[in-house]
Amino acid sequence: MSNSTNQRGFFFNVDWITVLIYLCLCTIGWFNIHSAVYDPRHPGFVDFDTNYGKQFIFIMSSIVLSIVILLLDNRFFITFASVFYVITVILLIAVLVVGRNVGGNQAWIPLGSFRLQPSEFAKVTTVMLLARYLSGTNIRVTEWRSFLTAGAIIGLPMLLIMLQPDTGSTLVFCSLVFVLYREGLSPYFLVTIGLGILLFVLALLFNQLYLIIAVVAVGLLIIWIFRRFRQVMFTVLIGMLISVVFIFSVKYIYLHVLKQHQKERIDILLGLTSDLRKKGYNVNQSKIAIGSGKMWGKGYLKGTQTKYSFVPEQSTDFIFCTVGEEWGFAGSVALITIYLFLLLRLLMLAERQRSPFSRIYGYGVASVLFFHVIINIGMTVGIVPVIGIPLPFISYGGSSLWSFTILLFVMIKLDSNRMGTLVPN
Amino acid sequence: MNSFFARRYVVTAIFVTLCLTLLVRLFYMQIIEDKYFLASNNNVIRKLIMYPARGPILDRNGKILVQNEPVYDVTVIPHEVKDFDTLAFCKMIGIDKDGFDKRFSKALKYSPYRTSIFEKQLPATLYASLQEKLSEFPGFYVQPRTIRTYPDSIAAHFLGYIGEVTDRDIEKSHGYYHPGDYIGRTGVEKAYEDLLRGQRGVRNVMVDSRNVSKGRFANGTYDTVAIAGKRLMSSLDSKIQKLGEKLMNHKVGSIVAIEPSTGEILAFVSSPGYDPNLMVGRERGNNIAKMYEDPYNPLMIRPIQAYYPPGSSFKPLAALIALQEGLITPQTGFECTGIYWAGNHPMHCDERHGYTNLSHGIAESCNTYFCNVFTDVMNRNGSKNIGATYTDWREKVNKFGFGVKLDVDLPNEKKGFVPTALYYDNKFHQNRWHSTSIISLAIGQGELEATPLQLANIECTIANHGFYYKPHLIKSIGDSNVVREEFTKKNYVGIDPQYFEPVIDGMQQVVEVGTAHNSKIPGIVMCGKTGTAQNPHGKNHSIFVAFAPRENPKIAIAVIVENSGQGAWWAAPIASYVVEQYLKGKIERPQQEFNRIMNANLMPDLPGAKPAIKVAPKADSLNKQKSDTSAKPPVQLKSVSRKNKTKKDSAMRVLAAVQIKRKDDEQ
Repeated sequence: MSNSTNQRGFFFNVDWITVLIYLCLCTIGWFNIHSAVYDPRHPGFVDFDTNYGKQFIFIMSSIVLSIVILLLDNRFFITFASVFYVITVILLIAVLVVGRNVGGNQAWIPLGSFRLQPSEFAKVTTVMLLARYLSGTNIRVTEWRSFLTAGAIIGLPMLLIMLQPDTGSTLVFCSLVFVLYREGLSPYFLVTIGLGILLFVLALLFNQLYLIIAVVAVGLLIIWIFRRFRQVMFTVLIGMLISVVFIFSVKYIYLHVLKQHQKERIDILLGLTSDLRKKGYNVNQSKIAIGSGKMWGKGYLKGTQTKYSFVPEQSTDFIFCTVGEEWGFAGSVALITIYLFLLLRLLMLAERQRSPFSRIYGYGVASVLFFHVIINIGMTVGIVPVIGIPLPFISYGGSSLWSFTILLFVMIKLDSNRMGTLVPN
Repeated sequence: MNSFFARRYVVTAIFVTLCLTLLVRLFYMQIIEDKYFLASNNNVIRKLIMYPARGPILDRNGKILVQNEPVYDVTVIPHEVKDFDTLAFCKMIGIDKDGFDKRFSKALKYSPYRTSIFEKQLPATLYASLQEKLSEFPGFYVQPRTIRTYPDSIAAHFLGYIGEVTDRDIEKSHGYYHPGDYIGRTGVEKAYEDLLRGQRGVRNVMVDSRNVSKGRFANGTYDTVAIAGKRLMSSLDSKIQKLGEKLMNHKVGSIVAIEPSTGEILAFVSSPGYDPNLMVGRERGNNIAKMYEDPYNPLMIRPIQAYYPPGSSFKPLAALIALQEGLITPQTGFECTGIYWAGNHPMHCDERHGYTNLSHGIAESCNTYFCNVFTDVMNRNGSKNIGATYTDWREKVNKFGFGVKLDVDLPNEKKGFVPTALYYDNKFHQNRWHSTSIISLAIGQGELEATPLQLANIECTIANHGFYYKPHLIKSIGDSNVVREEFTKKNYVGIDPQYFEPVIDGMQQVVEVGTAHNSKIPGIVMCGKTGTAQNPHGKNHSIFVAFAPRENPKIAIAVIVENSGQGAWWAAPIASYVVEQYLKGKIERPQQEFNRIMNANLMPDLPGAKPAIKVAPKADSLNKQKSDTSAKPPVQLKSVSRKNKTKKDSAMRVLAAVQIKRKDDEQ
């Protein structure tokens, strides 16, 4: 199979549905940002001092970016994956040194009148390099050497971002576990992570002793049910012991490892404190805004909470509040459905790739987008602690829009050549 | 590499499940839960509380005893306050600059955006002038409230007073009360709080971002109307209540008058009293503090809380029990030599009564007669079984309402004291006591303690020939005339009706020719009994109980005047004036004597003070004043037992300050 594609054929192979969804989301984002910062004293659609004016520019430039990507050669990405990765790592180190401190984070490099956020781009390049690495011959995730290398690829940017510190973006990289899982990582990984989160929450909510008793009881029950299966019994036993140790450690982690504001956010989430005036203010206002949307919302530009600026960060991290308040449950369902559709479509695209690089990359895109959607919306409705990450294509922000655009369109590009084989040299 | 193809389904499933979780949560928040919607409105809707009018209380003839008067709370929203003439404002509401600063910073601290109360209970006059100029003081508002007002300033103890709710009240009510609400604290205000308080209303007003009102929210759909409290009609007769309070001026004690045919309380006087209007308004705190410190204890509700030994007023009851037991007949007589020997203990009569039967014994209040009767009663089953006999006797006494609560519809009623056999066992060693040890009970002294209400209730029982209705103060609630069931029940005391006649004969003689003959009312047959309760701290207490007229009794009454001497000197005349007013509608007897009784100052001396100037009884009254008892039983008085720090004069001044300023237009 030829690696380069026919330019004419290219046009027909691009997945226009995905492109359409992309444009749809950008538009929705633009309108909601407009409403979120709308000032009746200065109405106007194209005002470059406002967020929506700027977002307009970002969208236009992203479209340009996307066209550029589509016109690049197929092999461009897999060839330069490591180069891109190294550049972003350098930028991540640079931002720690010369970066501008914004809101407690050292995450921005000023570039003229814009600011660049390397961590956003690191998401793209990491996925790319990971895909390239794992698609190499004889690399199996099930082997511990390969596993560790993959972990390092993911871990290095995580570490650098954590130093900024930017917990949210750090956590995004954890979503790549889905990629590894698809490539053969033991399912116990996923199970462990899931159980870990569950036990962590439970250990904070309930008495440790009762929880341990419950865990042991459940474990023994499972062992008894599966008493004929040695291996299951053994696994469950180990699991039980680890759980118990973990439960004990939760308190320690909570008190000594977590930072103050992180503790507060978890407290607010779990209802362990009720200080809604100060620390819980964001989430509380967010919930009020979303909940007050009822079925059909209050209408475009009519959200009282957003209109009177009750919700902080309402054009960036909390942009979903505008959706919830002005478009109601109907609008919220619609948006989430669009996202879900996009994600599942990406999975479908990934699976139809002939080349492993493209498939792995596709899973990476889906995982990263999934993580952002779930955590961001989850935070606005109060089922996830406040973690500052944007809502893809919708939140205001140049760096995030560009990086998501690149992330997505590289996949579209790879998909347009899905019958080809891409092998790392 | 594709061997893990099946895993796509797992990943898909995880994606779908978590998205569904979000949807479920959104469904709950947006569709099911209302509180977010309401909270968002909180940012744009202001709730005005409509306070309900508290129910008024009337007397039995419809005259208003307590009603509501509008007052106005001044409220403030600090961040709306712009520059204004502070001095003019302060002058208008009657505070100084310091006070203004204090109040304002308190409101600011609470919240710059929310309403705080700035000054409470501005009287209507100040409100009127403030209201005109209110637009000059942006950020300040007025919230209408009502306070209680007492047109006649009577029946303070009966009516009680209200106060702001405390945190504890709010807790106990499970959040029914909000800070700033009022709740009854004593008296009828407390006993009938649920009915009097009515129900709050809410008015929802839309405001824009500058908190300017933009009209009713949703046209008032969510508004609720305030429901006024129920009107209570009490059984009091305000005419005789007023008269009673006047007569008891400068005296310590109480008057209780009951209508025997219904148990309705006609008069409920506690002295010293106070003007109930003092418990209202801005000066309230100061006034209450003064009253708490007053050694004469004006806040005590004597009719149901003060204990007195009934003294000779107990004798009819003792006689009735003996008659019922069959131990005596009306003709049974005892020889009175002027002294009765109970073991080694002499009980004196004040003169030699000779051969005394029941009627004579009552009329002349012969101690010998009653000691004899009591001894017979106690020894009826042999002196060894005195415990059992006494217990039996005690039960009969309880049935009359002594030593038990009468469950009147007021809070904090005390039940008096009739000792048990066990009490005497502990005092004298078990089974080593006899009728002689407790002989004081025979003449209503000893450990016996009763409240004025209980004494009046006895008179009802006698008037009704053997039963009483539970005394109560509220005749009807709202528009209905339904009375609580327990007040319509006849409570029989276990004495057959025919035994009452001879006792009543004796009581009639008391007023006709006996100890109370100076208090006879022309044209009315009043039957009563004087009592003089020994007081180790000072002079005796003057007691008189009675009912009138004999046929078809309309009123039963008990009067106690502390530290004033014999029953006939003060209690009897006061009772007779109340009865005369009630039955005749006016006082026909000489004004001079009436004035003398009314103006008499009988306030007891406080230790360390100069003795008061006593008003001595007239020298030319027929000198058949007899003391009702000369024995010296151990008496415990709970009426004036305070730490006396102030001299009597200053105490009197305080009292004068809280007394009702009445015009002498009514008798």
